[in-house]
Amino acid sequence: MTRISVKVDGTTYEDEVEPRLLLVHYLRDRLGLTGTPVGCDTSNCGACTVDLDGESVKSCSVLAVQADGSEVTTVQGLARDGEWHPLQSAFHERHALQCGYCTPGMIMAARDLLRENPDPTADDVRQALEGNLCRCTGYQNIVRAVLAASGQEVTT
Amino acid sequence: MIPPAFEYARPASVEEAVRTLADAGEDAKVLAGGQSLLPLLRLRLAFPELVVDIGRIPELRGIREDEGTLIIGAMTSHHDVIRDPRVRRHAGLLAAATATVADPAVRHRGTLGGSLAHADPAGDLPAVILALDATLIAEGPAGRRAIPAREFFVDYLQTALHPDELLVEVEIPTVDGWGFHYEKFHRVAQAWAVVGVAALVRRDNGHIAEARIGLTNMGSTPLRAAATEEALVGAAAPGAVQRAAEVAADGTHPSSDPSASPAYRAHLAQVLTKRAVLTAGGMG
Repeated sequence: MTRISVKVDGTTYEDEVEPRLLLVHYLRDRLGLTGTPVGCDTSNCGACTVDLDGESVKSCSVLAVQADGSEVTTVQGLARDGEWHPLQSAFHERHALQCGYCTPGMIMAARDLLRENPDPTADDVRQALEGNLCRCTGYQNIVRAVLAASGQEVTT
Repeated sequence: MIPPAFEYARPASVEEAVRTLADAGEDAKVLAGGQSLLPLLRLRLAFPELVVDIGRIPELRGIREDEGTLIIGAMTSHHDVIRDPRVRRHAGLLAAATATVADPAVRHRGTLGGSLAHADPAGDLPAVILALDATLIAEGPAGRRAIPAREFFVDYLQTALHPDELLVEVEIPTVDGWGFHYEKFHRVAQAWAVVGVAALVRRDNGHIAEARIGLTNMGSTPLRAAATEEALVGAAAPGAVQRAAEVAADGTHPSSDPSASPAYRAHLAQVLTKRAVLTAGGMG
């Protein structure tokens, strides 16, 4: 067992973990933060995307021990004082989800994009979300929601 | 899936990492960015007794220039490689090809050194490094040694690194003024290359003076398309490039998998080489 200290959504946790424990399992099974789902076994789907020290990562491809001393933000840490994050509101308003399984990862990946490129084109959004799969194939509304969250007028 | 159990070490320096590897023997595995190793562990295709995490060794990260050479620390992330102005200026091929690796989240964690040491012939960067005539710097108990890219990739997932050696830096001779392009054929956005072609072209008075072509996934290691490189010298028109590209698969032994047969891969190598060279040479 290895001792880790991780700040997740603003709260610091000290834990003993097995080195093989994946960050996503730590978040879900140890901390009960089930807002971050496990979608695949191949690093392809991006459903488990979280923010690790300011960068989007697939939390199925990071060990919990690698997050020692780091700060993690999950989709559950985005709302402020009961107010949704603009991306959460935009996904809601634009019906950017059907089954909702990919939504946490889509929002976390889109958040990463908007931090680097606050004014993306629709093509920029598609490129940025290339690592996030929506098997309901609801990409049109997802792209519109990200554009709307960036403050751009969405006409299509 | 859950990886098999392993012991974990997180050395704070290259020296400590090398010592840890030397003590552990062949049952240790180096964890760089983990974007190849963790999927292998999850799928239970690897069973190391010890995982040596080199993610907290500051000296392994960063990019610097030294008289015509770009020196990139092995743990520099793909994300940082793509955005570095020196890489874009002096080794644009590497920046362009790295931007096609996987997706943004994977590029945040994945590293240049990790993808080279993993040596997957379907990975994009081994062929690029080969085309750039880079030198890989390994550090072991006896000190550092330089391994030319041509000697680094030994076989499928195998490199010239010894079990107690760590890849610490990649030295790339700058290619200012060369045209470049990485042409990749894959079935979906983030998939591995079925075949990829890295082209570097130096033009002189309207014709190709020198060309270097790296092939991704045309055998158990990345390869140079030597016959095409030779045939391209003096080429000035698309027709000559097309003829040179027809020998791109000469001497290769591509594998067969659900994506492609060897014959189809050979066909792709020719088509993609033509496209890559025309784009790199500004002749398309």
